[in-house]
Amino acid sequence: MIIVLVLVVGWLYAIGTYLMLQRSLTRIILGLAVMGHGANLLLLSAGGRAGRPPIIGRGTIESFADPLPQALALTAIVITFGVTALLLALAYRSWRLSHDDEVEDDVEDRRIARIGLHGDE
Amino acid sequence: MNIVLPLLLALPLLGAAVSLILHGRLRLQRTVSVLVLSANLAAAIFLLVRVNEAGAIAVNVGGWEAPIGITLVADLFASLMVVVAAIMVLGVLIYAIGSPVTQDQRLFFHPMFLVLATGVSGSFLAGDLFNLFVAFEIMLSASYVLLTLGGRAQQVRSGMTYVVISLLASTLFITAVGLVYAATGTVNLADLAQRVPDLPAGIREALGLLFLVVFGIKAAIFPLFFWLPDSYPTSPTPVTAIFAGLLTKVGVYAIIRTQTLLFPSDGPSTLLLSIAGATMVVGIFGAIAQDDIKRVLSFHIVSQIGYMILGLGLFTAAGLAAAIFFIIHQIVIKTTMFLVGGLVESVTHTGQLHRIGGLVHQMPLVAAFFMLPALSLAGLPPFSGFVGKLALVQEGMAQQRYVVVGVSLAVSLLTLFSMTKIWAGAFWGTPDEEPASDHAPRAQGTISRMAMWSTGGLVVIGLAIALGAGPLWDMSSRAGEWLMDPSQYIGLVFGE
Repeated sequence: MIIVLVLVVGWLYAIGTYLMLQRSLTRIILGLAVMGHGANLLLLSAGGRAGRPPIIGRGTIESFADPLPQALALTAIVITFGVTALLLALAYRSWRLSHDDEVEDDVEDRRIARIGLHGDE
Repeated sequence: MNIVLPLLLALPLLGAAVSLILHGRLRLQRTVSVLVLSANLAAAIFLLVRVNEAGAIAVNVGGWEAPIGITLVADLFASLMVVVAAIMVLGVLIYAIGSPVTQDQRLFFHPMFLVLATGVSGSFLAGDLFNLFVAFEIMLSASYVLLTLGGRAQQVRSGMTYVVISLLASTLFITAVGLVYAATGTVNLADLAQRVPDLPAGIREALGLLFLVVFGIKAAIFPLFFWLPDSYPTSPTPVTAIFAGLLTKVGVYAIIRTQTLLFPSDGPSTLLLSIAGATMVVGIFGAIAQDDIKRVLSFHIVSQIGYMILGLGLFTAAGLAAAIFFIIHQIVIKTTMFLVGGLVESVTHTGQLHRIGGLVHQMPLVAAFFMLPALSLAGLPPFSGFVGKLALVQEGMAQQRYVVVGVSLAVSLLTLFSMTKIWAGAFWGTPDEEPASDHAPRAQGTISRMAMWSTGGLVVIGLAIALGAGPLWDMSSRAGEWLMDPSQYIGLVFGE
């Protein structure tokens, strides 16, 4: 089972990386979300094998699942959720402003580059 | 009196909550922010005095013993950082209160600013990796909002880059935490410091590099700095100033903390020293090419990060002490310079050097406010930058790392050149009387007295670093020695 998890984690990271390298904002956000899932799954599988709920009196220490990675993953999920929501709002705002889903270039950077190529403006 | 550690986190966060409830009532919000951040500063100074006299403090929040519970650790390095950060947030807050309010800042600026302060202190005090992550996220989430508050096209464009890059770094951070946990079964820094040395060398190095990349993105080291000069200059001055002063330095702090505690190296690290050299050089060349004051200064942030990494890369107590001293100096100077840039912009309505000029006659005091930190940034005696750079160069020579020392000296010269460029462009000469194409007849802006006072106050603090260099250097040296000896940190947390 754990090898399946490992494969899924790797696959999610691969998809996430691919999507993030695209030029469209929506895809970048999706890529971040997918990669975030991969990271959470990685946290979860870092806890070792599955087990019983770690509640005192409901089993022995050996039979418990490790609760710490689950707590960490939960926190991470909440944070990723919040920031992704903010990103979507930003992307929407960007679309409203430019009617385009592309990531734009830095205008000032371009200007400096032009001066560099052709001398003074 | 260990309550002061959690207090440093709880106070601003609580203040943020109150401020959020008071939204729309600017006057009350301002009162809350000033009160909270003043109390925060008092608590921070109290902490520093205690740590300086009685040694480092570790607190297990909620009474759970380490490594299970949440540990907050304040050693001398962390306490110094907390104090400097507290001074900066208060100073910038006063500047922000003094600058004209735009509608979009009315509602959420103050709560978010307080959340940012929480995140910064939290990152300095965190005693385990996951809380470091959470504190980073608190700080970054607040910074996302502050950066894009108002939603102008420019801000959204650059904010997008910033958020995406930061989120990617955060995802990598989680990955690193997960991998560390899988390898060692703990995220507590003290516990990790004991267990990481037993790991196979390959895994240890991979983890060390992963952390370097994660924090390197936040600290804007070469080659991970591209987002910074793009995103910082677009937001309002107080926001840019606090970002410039604090956020990257929190990244540097995290690099120093993890590399010394978890992945210590026996001698100077060629990798870190190369990164340091490249960061300095690329940053300064970027700065020289730019035309806008805030953009020049943004590239300077990158360039100066290199000096801090240089101190770390030497891996000696003296090198770390120099790095610590340099970080303190940079936080103050960088924040001040961005505030001065803001003062100039609030009068001229542009930061583009080819459009402004002759300001030395118009506002001599602002010119002086620029001059002093600029000379300090370039590292001229008798200013604080000189002390920091001298310490770095001396230790670099002692470790026989001549190349990187040479690079750092050359970059210092170029820094001076770039400062001269701003000086000549903005303060000397005459403004270009260009046809008002995109700027209709330019009205002269004014500077509020409060903004002037807060900038002046920070300039004085910058000078005070040079005057008080003796005691400060003494503290930095002890902080550096403590960092070089992880067993003290471990002993403190486990109460031995």
